[in-house]
Amino acid sequence: MGQVDLPPAIEPTESLDVEDLNPDKEPTVVLSDAPSQEVVFAVRDLDVYYGTFRAVRDVNIDVHRNEITAFIGPSGCGKTTVLRCFNRMNDLIETARVDGSIQYHGVDLYDQAVNAVEVRRRIGMVFQKPNPFPKSIYDNVAYGPKIVGRKGNMDDIVEKALHRAALWDEVKDRLKASGLGLSGGQQQRLCIARAIANDPEVLLMDEPCSALDPIATARIEDLMQEIKDDYTIIIVTHNMQQAARVSDRTAFFTTEVNSESDTRTGLLVECDSTDKMFSNPSDERTENYVTGRFG
Amino acid sequence: MAFPSTLGAGGERAQRSVQEQLTGGQSDVVGQVFRILLLISLGVSLVVLAILFQDVITTGSGVFTTRAESFLSGGLRGSAARSGISQAMAGTFWIGIFVVVFSFPIGVASAVYLEEYSTKGRLARLVDVNIRNLAGVPSIVYGILGLTIFVQQLEGITGGRSLMSAGITLAILVLPIVIITSAEAVRAVPGSLREAGYGVGATRSEVVRTMVLPYALPGIITGTVLALARAIGEAAPLYLAGVTTGLLPGKQGLLEPSQLRESFTALPVVIAEWSRNPREGFTEIAAAAIIVMLAIVLAMNTVAIVLRIRYEKKRK
Amino acid sequence: MSDLSLPSPGLTLADLHGDPRRVRTERIVKAVLTAAATVSILISAGIIWSLARETFTFVTEVNWAAVLFSDGWWPRQGVYDLRTILVGSLWVTVIAMVVAVPVGLGSAIYLSEYARPSVRRVLKPTLEVLAGIPSVVLGFFVLSVISPSVVQRIFDNGLFSLAAAGIGVGILSIPLVASVSEDALRSVPVALREASYGLGAKKITTVTQVVLPAAVSGLVAAFILAVSRAIGETMVVFIAGGAAGNQAFELSPLEPGLTMTAAMATQAKGTDQVVGEALTFQSLYFVGAVLFVVTLGLNLVADRFVRKVRQAY
Repeated sequence: MGQVDLPPAIEPTESLDVEDLNPDKEPTVVLSDAPSQEVVFAVRDLDVYYGTFRAVRDVNIDVHRNEITAFIGPSGCGKTTVLRCFNRMNDLIETARVDGSIQYHGVDLYDQAVNAVEVRRRIGMVFQKPNPFPKSIYDNVAYGPKIVGRKGNMDDIVEKALHRAALWDEVKDRLKASGLGLSGGQQQRLCIARAIANDPEVLLMDEPCSALDPIATARIEDLMQEIKDDYTIIIVTHNMQQAARVSDRTAFFTTEVNSESDTRTGLLVECDSTDKMFSNPSDERTENYVTGRFG
Repeated sequence: MAFPSTLGAGGERAQRSVQEQLTGGQSDVVGQVFRILLLISLGVSLVVLAILFQDVITTGSGVFTTRAESFLSGGLRGSAARSGISQAMAGTFWIGIFVVVFSFPIGVASAVYLEEYSTKGRLARLVDVNIRNLAGVPSIVYGILGLTIFVQQLEGITGGRSLMSAGITLAILVLPIVIITSAEAVRAVPGSLREAGYGVGATRSEVVRTMVLPYALPGIITGTVLALARAIGEAAPLYLAGVTTGLLPGKQGLLEPSQLRESFTALPVVIAEWSRNPREGFTEIAAAAIIVMLAIVLAMNTVAIVLRIRYEKKRK
Repeated sequence: MSDLSLPSPGLTLADLHGDPRRVRTERIVKAVLTAAATVSILISAGIIWSLARETFTFVTEVNWAAVLFSDGWWPRQGVYDLRTILVGSLWVTVIAMVVAVPVGLGSAIYLSEYARPSVRRVLKPTLEVLAGIPSVVLGFFVLSVISPSVVQRIFDNGLFSLAAAGIGVGILSIPLVASVSEDALRSVPVALREASYGLGAKKITTVTQVVLPAAVSGLVAAFILAVSRAIGETMVVFIAGGAAGNQAFELSPLEPGLTMTAAMATQAKGTDQVVGEALTFQSLYFVGAVLFVVTLGLNLVADRFVRKVRQAY
């Protein structure tokens, strides 16, 4: 994909009134006024349905290049659901349906003519529970490049990916060993290497550390900082402190109860630079969450 | 959904290039062909069944339209035109009785033992391995068991090459099926039900009798019906257990218990013999006999499946 | 027994013994159930005992030169060339697997990976119905349709042949292959499929490069079980294979032939006793013993593979 120098994104013209801070009013998404980079994803009025049940509503968000954007919020507020829209993984669920638009470099991801397989080659994913294939370490990393048909020496590609995932030194002597023989933290780094080997532009990470111990978690957080300059990363996390440590921008989701059907629908409350979100958020609900008053 | 573009001129070039790449990619021809091949393999079974039914019905229905009554009431004869399946039906009927009388109680009792009384014991493990092996033994080897023990060794009781020997042999053949399906049904009983029983001080046999068995009964009956359908279709062990393949003298089609110690025939054997008989008319009566057998076997399988679905729904 | 509703001035051990009648009932029930469970062990013992005696007689009394160096299976004349019937069983099994494995595996892959639930509900019963068809019906079907319309049309041979019978046995085995394979495929965790799709793999790539390799133990088990079943199948060959009680050594499956199982069935066919040369009767047991050992071995191996699948996931 060609590198193009783009003019900075146009500033939003919406302004804030005191009224907007009233929690009973319809939530207004606050777009960032921090120095901005190229927008990779532009999400507008996104609703996600499972059958007739609306799982998430009215998501409006911009994701910027070479930044780490964190989705935080209590359980069940649709963070993972929204994340999986970015690489069309929700296509795998029969009843899932998407309203609204997600634009990737200006192209509507859900356009009829767009091939989901091509989307996933550019937008990679790391899952909550490490899921290496029951193959050798080498074959795990090489799987993506092989099917995509990446040119170049496969050994080099594998080695580079393992280096970037900070796993090379630990496995370089046993590339033929099964990926399942590694520890939990190593397996997750293997999965990161596997995703990186495809040379994607974006990495989606769905609570990548929740199944790991604190030391392994710290290693992966360091890793994310190291590779940030080459990838755009969106991470879903339950761990607020992790979001504060690691991300440049944070989006806070919450749930609201639908009284008639007794279900909960998720929604995006606020998205801003991480510093602002954790020190001086605009919405009261955000403040309650990050200061630990609920959730 | 259009909205003011945030991209600018350079951005629009990038957009077009991304657009090309995302919508490019060949249509997945190989993938489609693969999918169609798989669907065809599923279709093979459907087609085979359709042809089978069609062939059997066209060949055999003539017998029913021209001489249904004599076919159903007649016995084994030299000529096709005078042969009927009444003796075979009687034999098959008694075999069914033996299966139910012998395999059902012993099978359910074994399953209860395995699942409620001794789940981890050495005997239980031995029995478990043993049953799985027995389930895979060829049916004709059961015929050898029947020949040696019931026809020869126990000739005094069974009458040698008799309906009784055959009935017990086939009951033994399907016993593993009854045990395995009953054990599954018992295992599926929720633990909370048992705990409720033990909690009020019931003994194990009381818990089993009043809670476990009633809950598992539909599954057990389904398994027994399937075993019965299997036993009715088996012919190979009968050949070794002494089934009559030529002519069978004696009263036709009577369901007298005294018959149990005498020579007999059965529906699958009759089908086998008539299929092989090159003389005029035997192919047609073989097909007619198959129609009867398929009707019985399919009816049983349907009953078993319907039972299972009904009770699964009730559970939910 | 003390009245438990009163505050007990001192509960003794004797109070907690329980009603002697109920305890005895418990013991009787347990004994009965244990006896029932041992019936199955008695059955195995019975099979082994039945086989062992006469096989021992055969093995110790037969003229081994006749067994090893003769051609053809003529038990009533004392010619016991095991090769003849082994070749017959082998041909039927191979042809049956050529039919059953692609069709069964293909059906399983479609049902597990491609079919929507509504489609599955309609197509799966087809396999269940096929599984319920007795083998004698398939024997008739081979003589009536498969041999004349398929085998004879291509090869121009006689009505009775091992090839036609093999196709019939294959059709019988399809449901077994399909159901064991489907279980193996469904036991592969969804997470692996997601990982593959997440890397931008197409469906066929995910199925062939991730799901099938991950399920391989179960698929091997399915294959071995089907082979065991095919070897043990009697009636299709008996009806349509041209089994005549004796058989010259024949290499071509397009001719009538004899398998181990059909050899046993034709020995005892008819109302006459199994007569003939001295060891004719024992030869029945000898073949039965070989059959029993072979199928038992195959089933034990298949069981090992099934357990490997359960362990992995």
